[in-house]
Amino acid sequence: MASLTPISRKPLSFVLPTTAAFGAFLGLFVGTANGSGLTGILAGAAIVAVMGILFVSVIRNEGLSKWISIVGVAMMGLFFAGLPGIILGALAGWFFHWLTYWLYEGRYRAKLLPYLTSGQVLWHYTFRTICGAIFVFLITPILVVMPLSFNAQDFFTFTPEMLRLDPAGYSLKHYQDFFTNNEWQRSFKNSLIIAPIATVISVSLGTLAAIGLSQSHVPGRRAIMAILISPMIVPLIISATGMFFFYSDIGNWLEGTLGLPKNFVGYVKVILAHAVLGIPFVIITVTATLVGFDHSLTRAAANMGASPVTTFFRVQMPLILPGVISGGLFAFITSFDEVVVVLFVGSASQKTLPWQMFTGLREQISPTILAVATILVVISVLLLATVEMLRRRSERLRGMSPT
Amino acid sequence: MKTKLTALAVTTALVAPAAIAEEMTIVSWGGAYSKSQLRAYHEPYSEKTGVTIINDDSSAEAVAKLRAMDEAGNVTWDVVDVVAADAIRLCDEGLAMEIDPDTMLAAAPDGTSAADDFGDLLVSECFIPQIVYSTTFGYRTDLVGDTAPTDICAVFDTDAYPGKRSLEKRPINNMEWALLCDGVAKDDVYDVLATPEGQDKALAKLDTIKDDVIWWSAGADTPQLLADGEVIMGSTYNGRLFSVIEEQKQPVAMLWDAQVFDLDGWIIPAGLSDERKKRALDYIMFATDTQRLADQAKYISYGPARKSSAPLVGKHADMGIEMAPHMPTDPENAKNTFLYNYEFWADYRDDIDAKFQAWLAK
Amino acid sequence: MSDATQSGPVLAADGTPLKRSLARSLRVQKMRAMALIAPLLIFVLISFIFPIGKMLFKSVQNDIVEQTLPLTVQQLNQWDATTGELPDEALYAAFVADMVVAIDAKKHTRLGTRLNYEQTGMSSLFRKSGRKIKRLDPETDGPFKDKLIKIDKKWGEVETWSVIKTHSVKITNGYFLNAVDMQRTPEGAQAQPEDKRILIKLFQRTLIMSLIITCSCIMLSYPVAWLLANLPARSANMLMILVLLPFWTSLLVRTSAWKVMLQQQGVINETLVWLGLVADDSRLALINNATGTIIAMTHILLPFMILPMYSVMRTIQPTYLRAAKSMGATNWTAFWRVYFPLSVPGIGAGSILVFILAIGYYITPEIVGGTKGVFISNRIAYHISSSLNWGLAAALGSILLAVVLLLYWCYDKIVGIDNVKLG
Repeated sequence: MASLTPISRKPLSFVLPTTAAFGAFLGLFVGTANGSGLTGILAGAAIVAVMGILFVSVIRNEGLSKWISIVGVAMMGLFFAGLPGIILGALAGWFFHWLTYWLYEGRYRAKLLPYLTSGQVLWHYTFRTICGAIFVFLITPILVVMPLSFNAQDFFTFTPEMLRLDPAGYSLKHYQDFFTNNEWQRSFKNSLIIAPIATVISVSLGTLAAIGLSQSHVPGRRAIMAILISPMIVPLIISATGMFFFYSDIGNWLEGTLGLPKNFVGYVKVILAHAVLGIPFVIITVTATLVGFDHSLTRAAANMGASPVTTFFRVQMPLILPGVISGGLFAFITSFDEVVVVLFVGSASQKTLPWQMFTGLREQISPTILAVATILVVISVLLLATVEMLRRRSERLRGMSPT
Repeated sequence: MKTKLTALAVTTALVAPAAIAEEMTIVSWGGAYSKSQLRAYHEPYSEKTGVTIINDDSSAEAVAKLRAMDEAGNVTWDVVDVVAADAIRLCDEGLAMEIDPDTMLAAAPDGTSAADDFGDLLVSECFIPQIVYSTTFGYRTDLVGDTAPTDICAVFDTDAYPGKRSLEKRPINNMEWALLCDGVAKDDVYDVLATPEGQDKALAKLDTIKDDVIWWSAGADTPQLLADGEVIMGSTYNGRLFSVIEEQKQPVAMLWDAQVFDLDGWIIPAGLSDERKKRALDYIMFATDTQRLADQAKYISYGPARKSSAPLVGKHADMGIEMAPHMPTDPENAKNTFLYNYEFWADYRDDIDAKFQAWLAK
Repeated sequence: MSDATQSGPVLAADGTPLKRSLARSLRVQKMRAMALIAPLLIFVLISFIFPIGKMLFKSVQNDIVEQTLPLTVQQLNQWDATTGELPDEALYAAFVADMVVAIDAKKHTRLGTRLNYEQTGMSSLFRKSGRKIKRLDPETDGPFKDKLIKIDKKWGEVETWSVIKTHSVKITNGYFLNAVDMQRTPEGAQAQPEDKRILIKLFQRTLIMSLIITCSCIMLSYPVAWLLANLPARSANMLMILVLLPFWTSLLVRTSAWKVMLQQQGVINETLVWLGLVADDSRLALINNATGTIIAMTHILLPFMILPMYSVMRTIQPTYLRAAKSMGATNWTAFWRVYFPLSVPGIGAGSILVFILAIGYYITPEIVGGTKGVFISNRIAYHISSSLNWGLAAALGSILLAVVLLLYWCYDKIVGIDNVKLG
């Protein structure tokens, strides 16, 4: 898709008013913060327009003018808002410079279809901006959590020191707490034991059932599907109390009749309870993958003498693997993030990470939970990258061309 | 590879603790409070007897879970830390074991019997009090203007003290404070509150500040709200405020006026096997003796429930602050106090709760 | 093809008639499918459906009165409340006998609490009287009628006894009536007193707010899903990480993050004040009300809307749009008449998922919802963990579940449940 359209320079009469409008927009905020919005608008528009003329008509060197712009606006930021202003200013400077050249060189059309009208081009970028805003909405809470996890105080508050970027406002003590505190370590370990095993159970049973369900002529298919999806739709607190009674009985039986150790039984209870909660996700994703599954492949395998088991592992499994994996990840996260059921079904020895976080929120203000969240975000990014790699691998297996 | 690792983790995690024969589950609130118990009670007890203590932070759900355990016939807890009102409820419902203070609790060092040493703090046959705490107000010294509030009615005075307040999301305490500031004499509060008109009167008073209230349900809420400056004053437990002021150095001060004393302590669930009951009683005997109760006050600013422990309260173990002036029972702080009226609330809680919740949702 | 001329049934390779052979293979296929489904089905039935059913059964179960006061209930059955006369001595004697046993087993306060759900004052009546009845001996201390009335004059009121009689049935509709702000009385179902009526309102609020959340999820997800579906796979997958990241972050953490963002001294208000868009003394109230719940829950449920929409939109060929445009449709017509109808299954799938998850949520509304932004599930949680009125909680839960099942059924009819795709 690169460079579909030949690009050409645009006249300054188009570039300058557009950049000035953006400048005025920023100027409005700086202006209101400093007393007069109108002055801000005018000054902002004027400064950006002058910068534009300077860059494209006087300096004529993109690399040099970039640095002039960044440093210049950063200095203005320093003047208006102190130390944090430098960063905002530098970003604004980079943005205005980029915007000026992007418009001036006509780069904004480079990746678009040549026949689009200017209205369509405008809509294209407005739409992108709207989407960008929604992505910001999605991601901001996480961006808020990350700096707070380095808070030197024990509150979820941006202290004045933090806003001034004063090193004294930051510390690693919540990370230290996570790595040295027994309670956190134990609950982390418990989560790492419970979630994967629960996932394995729900994925293996769920995949088998989904394969069964995907075959034609299954009697009572709708009813079965409704039953298997029900753990997702019953309000959690009802499930939790209901399962509590069930698993107490099971626990009594396992401990009393079979004489299994109490601790082991405790894990079994929580794992089974979480496995049930994860099943709907596996069922939904795997059946969805199987809808597009070409059954002639299994027939071909059988034709060539493969046993059903071989066919399953060598032909079917690799193809539905993405569905199974994403179902598995959903099941994993269900267990890894579940607090209501474990509160009821589990006992202290099975305290999981969300349970510890819940106590942390309720009984003690502890940004340690934010540190944990940050660590988990990093881990999830790695996990998601793995999924992406697996997806590409499956595309190769299917013989598709990479997209 | 992954499964192998997990399997390994499971075996180590599951097999290792099983090797230790004696363990007991003690339920408490978590956070700093559990930590103070860990240091004052659990560690010395484990050292003395070799029993492994598992700390379960489920006190907030204790009543519901104990009832569920009772119905399921599988009580997994050995000793449970609850507030007195919950203890009374559990005792009434037969979910907690009755305790005989003379035979099951240690006498004071000078020979005073436990029953006398605890005195009238033994509010239920099943309850062994541990600490006296109070629910009181903290305010932001920098946000309340020039005249710092000195009495409880400042909470209801939104003209003199504009801004949000935080109150607990339950009728207990709030109804008493409302009546008190609506001109009801302190001695008549519970008589008035027993009548439907009195309850309406209290709710009408609360109505005047309803728009300015943020309701909390977890003990950590008010300290966070105060630290944020989200509220200018709020009720919470005095120990939380102590930590906000002394440990976190926030610009917060305490309004001790009309603080409500309450008790927190142990119960032993009914229906334990003889062996577990014996161990639980042994732990209780140890953990509620004079020295141990005084020790806990080194880690958290709650007053010990035994009279004989009071003189032994010393300095904060980590900060070296004299703890006595921070105790709710200190004469300077206890000029105007309430004692939680357990009998009244046991009788009327269901009624007033329903009304209060309906009022909240309005 | 020469076989076709042969008479008799068509035979399979092994000589059996083809029809029978096919039927057998179909049977084998069915068996195999069922064998694959069976382990999971049995697991879910036993460990989920059965316990939940048992829990929901508590909404009609009411044997506490008869178990605690067996003799009294027998006597009450012979008493006719409509005469307006007090029961006779035999009932009072039976009541004392029952109570002495119940007090010994510590069951009478539980009964008082149960009856208090229906009639205020019953709890304190049972507790207070319990302390005095404890000292009576059912064998020797009679007659009891006057003694009881002396203990509390409420025992001399017809109403007290008729309340006990009304609720002495083993299977009751009382909890369900309570759940819709009515109560079971001797004269049949009646509305609750004004100051106790909140549940219908909460049901309405739950439905309306879930609807608003679903709508805002649709509005925010549609552009994003469109973008993801139309970008080349590599960049789409990078953006997908942004969609999934919040999904992977603990619910508790995200909710606390919203608290930090939305409160009056929070990030959003501070920024607005700093920019001068909002005056310092009129900061926006974004939390502890319905707004807070809607914002936080929209954020939390957004991925559940984006993912199904994305998977549907990915299958829509871009050529359809181009074809429409080449035939003279404007951009808008091409979108509205061609693209949008094709994307409706995605909206349907996402909506049902978000709506179902939203009406069952309770932790997030509890933390950011204050008093005006809480759902019926918060009430269920309250009745399960603090008021211990499990019967009412089960009744509320059953109603909620019925609503969800109804929706699920509609959804299955309209879109089909296997069309939900999560990634």
